[in-house]
Amino acid sequence: MTPRTPMRLVRARPEPPFTVTFDDREIAVLPGQTIAAALWSVGVMSWRTTRGSGERRGVFCGIGVCFDCLLTVNGRPNQRACLVRAEPGDVIRTQEGTGHHD
Amino acid sequence: MTDDRRGTVEPRGTTDRPGLAVIGAGPAGLAAALAAAARGVQVTLVDAAPEAGGQFYRRPAAGLGARHPRALHHQWRTWERLRDGLAAHIEAGRVTHLTDHHVWCVERESGVLVVHALLGPEQEEPVVVRADAVVLATGGYEKVLPFPGWTLPGVVTAGGAQAMLKGGLVLPGRTAVVAGTGPLLMPVAVGLAAAGAKVAALVESADPRAFVRHARVLAAHPGKVAEGALYAAGLARHRIGVHVRHAVVEAHGTDRLEAVTVAALDTDGRVRDGSEWRVPCDSLAVGHGMLPHTDLAETLGCRLDGVNVAVDDEQRTDVPGVWAAGETTGIGGAVLSLAEGRIAGLSVAARLDSRAPEPSSYARPANTRAGLREFFAAVDNVCTPPAGWAERIGDDTLVCRCEEVPASAVREAVDELGAGDVRTVKLLTRAGMGWCQGRMCGPAVAGLAGCPTTPSRRPFARPVPLGVLAREPGESP
Amino acid sequence: MSNSLTCDVVVVGAGMVGAASALYAARAGLSAVLVDRGPVAGGTTGAGEGNLLVSDKEPGPELDLALLSGRLWADLAAEPGVAGSVEYEAKGGLVVAAGPEGLTALEGFAAAQRSAGVEAESVAAGQLHDLEPYVARGLAGGVLYPQDAQVMPTLAAARLVRLARTAGASLRTGWTVTEVLRTASGAVRGVRTPYGDIHAPAVVNAAGTWGGELAALAGVSLPVLPRRGFVLVTEPLPRRVRHKVYAADYVADVASDSAALQTSPVVEGTAAGPVLIGASRERVGFDRSFSLPVTRELAAGATRLFPFLAEVRAMRAYLGFRPYLPDHLPAVGPDPRVPGLFHACGHEGAGIGLATGTGHLIAQVLTDRTPDLDLAPFRPDRFPDPSPEEGS
Repeated sequence: MTPRTPMRLVRARPEPPFTVTFDDREIAVLPGQTIAAALWSVGVMSWRTTRGSGERRGVFCGIGVCFDCLLTVNGRPNQRACLVRAEPGDVIRTQEGTGHHD
Repeated sequence: MTDDRRGTVEPRGTTDRPGLAVIGAGPAGLAAALAAAARGVQVTLVDAAPEAGGQFYRRPAAGLGARHPRALHHQWRTWERLRDGLAAHIEAGRVTHLTDHHVWCVERESGVLVVHALLGPEQEEPVVVRADAVVLATGGYEKVLPFPGWTLPGVVTAGGAQAMLKGGLVLPGRTAVVAGTGPLLMPVAVGLAAAGAKVAALVESADPRAFVRHARVLAAHPGKVAEGALYAAGLARHRIGVHVRHAVVEAHGTDRLEAVTVAALDTDGRVRDGSEWRVPCDSLAVGHGMLPHTDLAETLGCRLDGVNVAVDDEQRTDVPGVWAAGETTGIGGAVLSLAEGRIAGLSVAARLDSRAPEPSSYARPANTRAGLREFFAAVDNVCTPPAGWAERIGDDTLVCRCEEVPASAVREAVDELGAGDVRTVKLLTRAGMGWCQGRMCGPAVAGLAGCPTTPSRRPFARPVPLGVLAREPGESP
Repeated sequence: MSNSLTCDVVVVGAGMVGAASALYAARAGLSAVLVDRGPVAGGTTGAGEGNLLVSDKEPGPELDLALLSGRLWADLAAEPGVAGSVEYEAKGGLVVAAGPEGLTALEGFAAAQRSAGVEAESVAAGQLHDLEPYVARGLAGGVLYPQDAQVMPTLAAARLVRLARTAGASLRTGWTVTEVLRTASGAVRGVRTPYGDIHAPAVVNAAGTWGGELAALAGVSLPVLPRRGFVLVTEPLPRRVRHKVYAADYVADVASDSAALQTSPVVEGTAAGPVLIGASRERVGFDRSFSLPVTRELAAGATRLFPFLAEVRAMRAYLGFRPYLPDHLPAVGPDPRVPGLFHACGHEGAGIGLATGTGHLIAQVLTDRTPDLDLAPFRPDRFPDPSPEEGS
């Protein structure tokens, strides 16, 4: 039996993937996926460290309310990975602390 | 302006200004927009998502090519009706749908409602919509009470797991535990399993036998009981072990979730000694009910009733020209939201025409509304967090995720520093001062401080760049 | 009454000024009870920015009180554990002028302050960026005030209350004073609350914005009025704003009598990361409704002073009411009209900074010592009794 997957469940025929870079690593993204979904689908669950104790964080609420999934996209810090859709060529970086540097 | 004039503003200049702005394109907002547009009101539907549907009807992006999206949904026929209705009104020019518009404030300026939004997803460009009336259909978000390990990657809200699955076709891991309390847990567990996750356990802290006290209400809602039975069948089909009167008491892992400890609860909410066992898992979907988004309403000066926006029979708030519908007026699910949205839309159409709506025109949705409010009051009564939950939050457990404030700091503020309310606790500990502005920690802080959950005042419903705030509305950059 | 307490002094109001008054009274050996109808710091204190400023004060009694207070704040901050727990930062203030005219006025103001004991260092336009790397280009120059400092006001009030309790004071939150008890001859003998009477030969009015109401309970008038202010709070940032930085016109606004909205940008970083942006002044009574136009002006002023802030997000805004008296000086000291009644209120937007000096002076007069400053300018009976049509 073929294993169940979300893609099979909805009989998805996605458009061809594109690539983005995540911390200098190239990852393939399906068109329309948010950055969070793209990272989850390659097994990355955390991409931020807190400014206090440096704890790792990723998606929590998944709908833009908790701001735990913040990361830096194309140099712009504090973007919510669960809201922002990935675009071809995006440069995505894990974020430390405030996301701002001096 | 006095209360008796509410909603009676004249529709002015509908060519350059919509009669109605609806904030939120979930079930309530869509129903309101369709009902008003069908009666000739010019509607602007303002929503943060790239597509209409809200959280309930969140669907995979077009690029994912889902040919059978309904596999992830309940009440798909209703969605098709809403979708087609919206398309027809857009086509006819009666509805303008502004997607990716994140509303951060609505102000009332000499009778006109001014909706301030940021264009997403970067949320740096301002957009202003002026209207004679506004329907707030801003929905709700999930409440999660803290436990050790709840900040570990892999621990997500139940609704968050569902949103990521419905919208992005992704799972939080291979082996999931679904835990907490409330009617959302069953569909989430079944959904994750259908999509291929192994759901190791569904852990519900409430005792469903408590529904016996509400037998009359259940009997009046055979549809809801059938819906429950459907999910129960789903749980059985996927062989998901259901543990009622149990709770996840700890999440384990270093950089990500590796296991959870599940324990049986006594009637007083205490963990039954020796009942704990460990469930290996890489994801935990957890939730303890929902809270409404009320920020826009509060800033407009609308009266709240507890945590909900207070509305009358026509879904009007006490601020002239401002209606509210759906979860923002009280958590009750999609069908209730549809009914409330429809009533709001009918009322707006009549009131913009300086008439009172004919009560018979909304008798059916009003009937649905009455029944479902009663039903969800019963659900709320049964699905409450276990007694004494706040006292059992460990001192080291983070309560405020953003500012990393442990329970001990909140207790010190209350016991040692003279705080007796959530606001003073916030000022003394920073709990609630971070990016989420206390939306995540609010219920836990209130519980620890021994006071009821009250919405904090958030003049900005979303963070807004100072450069945007600094500009006059309509001023180009 | 089911129970009653007896002590040397009742301090009404657990904001910053009440906390400092209770602390210095307790340390002077008095048994003090601090009461508040709400929580600690529930009024103006909890809505403030925590400024300890000399820079915005012209030579005169308020500046003298600010200089005394600044020394006392530094003393407190030197006690073990205090500086960190109240986020005390002796970071200094930087006042900047946009054009040459403003700079001349600012220099003149600073020269007068120097003669009154204020440290004020002129900063040439070219040196501004050494002090504040992110401040706007093209400013004419400024003046650095090293004595300006900052605390986190709610923490400061709560920690000073804690120190007062360590020194023997007690705290009653949620107790509303409903009556000021007086003897047949009119002298104060305590206060009444729903939880019982508190007997004391002295009552200190540290009720902030509600100071007028408390005075009325004691049978005297004190024209304390609210002046609304908004503060904007940004997302957390690394330390990009090092001093308290404001434009020279702020000083004129502070001293103004106008009821109309005034805003002048005041920008400062905090230990916790967010930048705070003030300051607006409006006389609108106790209207708590949010005003987008006011916060818009604050944002506009702040982004002119620090252009990088345009990209930074405001996370929240809050408002508070400054308790002010018509001549913009607080009421500090005994009320000659009612023996045993003392006032410590009406500090407008400067109450956090002036709290230590006020509390210290109150403790001195409570213990019959000569106060370090002449209290005549702060006399609570310096205002004419209200005429009937004006009300109070």
